[in-house]
Amino acid sequence: MTVIVTDTGFGPDTWTAGYEGNTALDLPSDTNPVELVEQLDADVQMIRINFPSFADGRGFTIARQLRLSGYTGHIRAYGHVIADQYAMARRSGFDDVEISEDLAARQPETQWLARANWQQHNYQSRMRGGSPAAA
Amino acid sequence: MARAFTPKVITANHLIEGDVIYLTATDTWSRDLAEAELITDEAHAQLRLLDAQSQAATVVGAYLADAVSGDAGPEPTHFREEFRRTGPSNYAHGKQEALAHV
Amino acid sequence: MYKYNEFDAAFLAERNAQFRAQVERRIDGSLTEDEFKPLRLMNGLYLQLHAYMLRVAIPYGTLNSAQMNQLALLAEKWDKGYGHFTTRQNIQFNWPKLSDVPDMLDALAEVGMHAIQTSGNTIRNVTADHFAGAAADEIEDPRPVAELIRQWSTDHPEFQFMGRKFKIAVGGGAKDRAVLKAHDLAVRVVQNDAGEIGYQILIGGGLGRTPMIGKVINDFLPRADLLPYLEAVVSVWNQIGRRDNKYKARIKITLHEHGMDDIRARVDARFALIKPTFQGADQELFSEIEAYFAAPDFRTDSTAVFSTAYKTDPVFRSWVDTNLAEHRQDDHAIVTISIKKHGATPGDASAEQMRVMADLAAKYGYDELRISHEQNVILPHVHKSDLPAIHAKLKQHGLGTANIGLISDIIACPGMDYCALATARSIPVAEQLATRFDELKLEHDIGHLQIKISGCINACGHHHVGHIGILGLDRAGVENYQITLGGDATWSAAVGERAGPGFAYDEIIPAVERIVSAYLDIRSTPDETFLETYRRVGLAPFKAALYPEAQKKVA
Ligand code: SF4
Repeated sequence: MTVIVTDTGFGPDTWTAGYEGNTALDLPSDTNPVELVEQLDADVQMIRINFPSFADGRGFTIARQLRLSGYTGHIRAYGHVIADQYAMARRSGFDDVEISEDLAARQPETQWLARANWQQHNYQSRMRGGSPAAA
Repeated sequence: MARAFTPKVITANHLIEGDVIYLTATDTWSRDLAEAELITDEAHAQLRLLDAQSQAATVVGAYLADAVSGDAGPEPTHFREEFRRTGPSNYAHGKQEALAHV
Repeated sequence: MYKYNEFDAAFLAERNAQFRAQVERRIDGSLTEDEFKPLRLMNGLYLQLHAYMLRVAIPYGTLNSAQMNQLALLAEKWDKGYGHFTTRQNIQFNWPKLSDVPDMLDALAEVGMHAIQTSGNTIRNVTADHFAGAAADEIEDPRPVAELIRQWSTDHPEFQFMGRKFKIAVGGGAKDRAVLKAHDLAVRVVQNDAGEIGYQILIGGGLGRTPMIGKVINDFLPRADLLPYLEAVVSVWNQIGRRDNKYKARIKITLHEHGMDDIRARVDARFALIKPTFQGADQELFSEIEAYFAAPDFRTDSTAVFSTAYKTDPVFRSWVDTNLAEHRQDDHAIVTISIKKHGATPGDASAEQMRVMADLAAKYGYDELRISHEQNVILPHVHKSDLPAIHAKLKQHGLGTANIGLISDIIACPGMDYCALATARSIPVAEQLATRFDELKLEHDIGHLQIKISGCINACGHHHVGHIGILGLDRAGVENYQITLGGDATWSAAVGERAGPGFAYDEIIPAVERIVSAYLDIRSTPDETFLETYRRVGLAPFKAALYPEAQKKVA
């Protein structure tokens, strides 16, 4: 079992369609986002991007490229993502983070909730004239 | 051919203080290389290293460093370990400072 | 200079609270050491040979007297009474305890300073020309751009866990004083034929194991395109840069492997996607930032005191001739304070010295100080009539050395005395070289000659671009020093050529002496600098001087 982290804390996985059909994609961190966007099927509603290690930050760039290219479906970060990266994931375009129960035990919900304020203190949204919450 | 095993000590930095420490035969950490356990058996060295690395709440970056047996206990063989047990050469700071205060 | 607004202050307070919690979570086991390490690094905290080391950013090298005084306080309260200025406009404290670092960061925040992104695989502290805002040859003060880049790169969500570090420098003068061509990315303020100001962008420079000189990717970028363009470059590199080998991860290797045309095409495509996300707020911010960097109200006064002292006091005259640079205002000067007293550690200043410099800045220097990549401190705006008083005060505190640009103004990294990555020492080599050439009383005769020393292949001491570069290595358990000649850190940047086999610790000083005496013998006139002579005659005569034994065998 895994744990899904959102702005409201820990919860169960509500994506029940799996990653086999053509509505979901399960991607490794070395995916080329440019090719991905070119080939993206209109049926895709869920894209899960793997973090083999928290130190591999390519997933952030992939998610952001998807958003910049107009993809509006769900994007999930999956694997070794630490609580300290939650704000980065949300700011890069991820909707939620899927972590193992072991990691959830070591870094409990409060440590993730501490970063649920990702819309505040955000230099990027200032640069881009973003929401007032971030100004 | 595998290279013959040379004697080692286990050394690390203290998590909070950051200074250089050595694992002793009685499973404590000492700030003095002379008090370190000199390990002459390769299998034992690997076991002791695992012991040291499991103490993540106290130490950082444990590793095996070459040493030889001297009059007062283990001594370094490489200049890097000589600096670690002494301190920098531009100021009398680090371990040499602590010794000067004794 | 830039003053933190409410947003900056609140951001920093939040960031420091996060770091305080991270330290606690490391201690209670929530974070493993592997996870904690990049987090502490992106907050400037290293674990070195003997202790932790905190690297504090001095963004684009600019600080005021209150900030300098606060650095002195940190040095005294949590360290051993001194700090070390580095080649990237940072200051390092060599002895903090992990448990004290959150308090140190809070103390820095009181004066609008931080240690964010001075390390780690992120965009590093942005550096700039240390004469910015003062130099006579300047097109535009590069610091507003540097501050804009600082804000954009700070905590950028996409760029905190990259394959490797990414260093940016900004220059705004005709001369390059920021080693632009040795950076992953350099921004150079330029003016086009229509008189518009824009930016020339270079990428792929870097020293280290594979030294490369930066190349132009964009000749003229309009002002408003700067941030989206930088974001496109870093984003492309974050995606395609190699992660299998840390020595091949920097953008210089990506550029080398893919070629400029390929990289440029990728960057242009990504730029097209990113540009619409910038809707002008960055440009408004830029105008606000620019206002902070408006030049001070330069006072006008007679310079007679200066002229008299210059005529009558030879020590003052020598200092003026060596340590001063031309200011954009005729009756002002740029003063470089040497942190290279003969025989002392290059770049180290005591808390007392920091306070003296802060006081001088407050009293005479429009409250401005700068740190150079050459590890010296600068008073960028000084009215010439104040120079005698400043010089007198500096002399009293071991800061009056007249050696800027001379052979004893040596860049040296911390080397094996502190650095966990080092393969040999650099500080004692620098100390001994400076002492030796001071004894010989030749350095003013030798003229402009830069020695740069690194304690390992990472090249923090910029040895590749030193006129004489020295690289300390470990050869079979013994310190060994390799010499390169003819490096150049300016706009005509060049990587030095290796002279031959290395020298032992006790042979390196005489070896450098042989190079210098060869230069004195073969220079065409006393005005021909070492680098000019080297470019004229090449490596051979220096090699002959360095290895007389080999010459004999051939003969
Ligand atoms: S060049 Fe090497 S020894 Fe010197 S500071 Fe950098 S990493 Fe350390």
